[in-house]
Amino acid sequence: MTIAHDDTRLDTARPVVGTMTMATALNRALADAITEDPEVVVFGEDVGALGGVFRITDGLAERFGEDRCFDTPLAESGIVGTAVGMAMNGMRPVVEMQFDAFALPAFEQVVSHVAKLGNRTRGAVRMPMVIRIPFGGGIGGVEHHCDSSEAYYAHTPGLTVVSPSTPQDAYSMLRAAIASPDPVVFLEPKKLYWSKGEVDTSITVDLGTARVAREGTDVTVLTYAAMVPVALEAAEIAASEGRSVQVIDIRSLSPFDDATVTAAVKSTGRAVVVAEAPGYVSVASEIQARVFERCFEYLEAPVRRVTGFDTPFAPPKLEHWYLPDADRILDAIDSLHWDDSDAEGAPR
Amino acid sequence: MRHDDLLPRDIPVSLIAADGTAVADERYSMPDAETLLRAYQGLVEGRRINDQAYALVRQGRMAVYPSSHGQEACQIGASLVLGERDWLFPTYRDSVAVIARGVAPADAMVLLKGDWHSGYDPAEHRVAPQATPLATQLLHAVGFAYAVKRRGEDTVVLALCGDGATSEGDFHEAMNFAAVFHVPVVIFVQNNEFAISVPLSRQTAAPSLAHKAIGYGMPGQRVDGNDVAAVLAVLGEAVERARSGGGPSLVEAHTYRMQAHTNADDDTRYREREEVKAWVARDPLSRMQTYLTAQGLLDDAAEERLAAGAEDIAAALRDALNADAELDPEDLFRFVTAERSTQLEEQWQLLRAEIERASLGSTDLADAGGHR
Repeated sequence: MTIAHDDTRLDTARPVVGTMTMATALNRALADAITEDPEVVVFGEDVGALGGVFRITDGLAERFGEDRCFDTPLAESGIVGTAVGMAMNGMRPVVEMQFDAFALPAFEQVVSHVAKLGNRTRGAVRMPMVIRIPFGGGIGGVEHHCDSSEAYYAHTPGLTVVSPSTPQDAYSMLRAAIASPDPVVFLEPKKLYWSKGEVDTSITVDLGTARVAREGTDVTVLTYAAMVPVALEAAEIAASEGRSVQVIDIRSLSPFDDATVTAAVKSTGRAVVVAEAPGYVSVASEIQARVFERCFEYLEAPVRRVTGFDTPFAPPKLEHWYLPDADRILDAIDSLHWDDSDAEGAPR
Repeated sequence: MRHDDLLPRDIPVSLIAADGTAVADERYSMPDAETLLRAYQGLVEGRRINDQAYALVRQGRMAVYPSSHGQEACQIGASLVLGERDWLFPTYRDSVAVIARGVAPADAMVLLKGDWHSGYDPAEHRVAPQATPLATQLLHAVGFAYAVKRRGEDTVVLALCGDGATSEGDFHEAMNFAAVFHVPVVIFVQNNEFAISVPLSRQTAAPSLAHKAIGYGMPGQRVDGNDVAAVLAVLGEAVERARSGGGPSLVEAHTYRMQAHTNADDDTRYREREEVKAWVARDPLSRMQTYLTAQGLLDDAAEERLAAGAEDIAAALRDALNADAELDPEDLFRFVTAERSTQLEEQWQLLRAEIERASLGSTDLADAGGHR
């Protein structure tokens, strides 16, 4: 069904409740933000006439003009660095980095200036900007097109780092990111761009909060981005085997919603952290450590991690071996020191 | 514009020679007497600020000071060509320009003293925080100027950098963005011959740094950076071009850093004393003094007045830096983001408990209320 997709893409005259892809939801969020705030501008590489290589900015330049959505020279540091100056001068830039690894030339601007200018000036200068980065694998992309760089950004004080896993969150979180007085690194899971879901444009989300993606009582899977549907798939299989799996979509990698995560893990006593990035010194490590620190006396088993391997991201024909899948998550769940009485169907 | 119009001169523009005599120029005219006197006052104050700050580092009152001794004409020129609505994007070496824009000397030194990472509100005097990474601020200036152009304001943005910064990718990206978007920005390179220890010959093989401008499609010009009259004329023209919609330009000032990079640097390892001494003869202060005196614009009484004014600034700087600012450790957590996260609040509570324990354990610390 592409009809809903086209219907909702740019019609900003009315609120929308309907089914759309994540790509459409993001496009809609940009269009609504541009409409509502004259200082919002969207720019980057190929975001104008082409509408972005993933078509997230489709039609924005045509509809709102070059003043609101425009192409820049091909230079990532230049894109982020000029956005810093625009933000200093009262604008709200939303920049697109074409692919995760292509954002690295801008890393100095992000870490040294975007993240720090508010702090340096004791709040006198704010950086209300959004850096959108398509990230992660699962689309058969060649090298430098599929990295998960969230740990680099989440490690940097001053940055809000978020990633949605549903069209609803994609819409609501991007609106919240653009409205935020702080800089937001907005990681878009490429693999989910074409996934569909219900979107109600009147729903708001507080950045910094996790979401219960599925209720469950036996074990908590903590995950985010493209791994959320994989964890839900694992939970569905586990349910058929008599084990109740709770899935938490972390959503906000920094700041971290300890309250939701801690309450969830305490309620089940078992936890598995799932992420597609390499596990060593990762967001998954951080989540695991925080759960151990806060829930140790409630835990029935060690907190396990299921992550990508500590290798460069796999070439397209090997990526299915690299990416965590439902089986790998189920294996980790099975290893969590279950008594026979814990679940009817276990062990598998 | 024809290619020839974008190219800089073979010899840097000069209006007052090193010996203090006027040089006629077909394109750039000598600033008026009042402007020259103001500039000279700035030079005298700038020299005093440099020397005072350098002394304060030796006395342990400042963590570090990158001196601009010898480059005062660039610093003062950059400040004086800007109007009240214009913005300056300085580097760590540009404290004199920052102060000349109106920032209180003590506030300008907060970064280098070590109390905080910047000591002033940028909007108050239209001076961006001093940038330490090289060339990154040039992009900020270009983005800032983009917003200016979008609103149709007549503000001009002047960004400073050194010769070493022209090797950085951000320099090239800033020049390119500025030209493509045709924004009202002037990039002013203070070529002082060394990037810490590495000479200009290792930064570029171009005939001059100003020649780089043509590659981006903007005019470049070279100026004697120790001649404040020439700096005012050349930089002033660039600023006016930007203001009137003429777009960006690059100005390269040929000057020399008379002191080491900072107090941590030993410049005897990479340059001969004779070379340094040779630049004394081209000093920006003495040539203006000679010129103004010969013109009958400066006498001993005026000199004394200027020296006394500079001494007042130095005394204020000494007093401010000799006083220990009351620093609040909670400031570490206050400005990271607009709203403090739960994680940061928890960490602040940890530190607060540590401070309280320390203050109970020592009367000295209790006296200071935990502010060590």
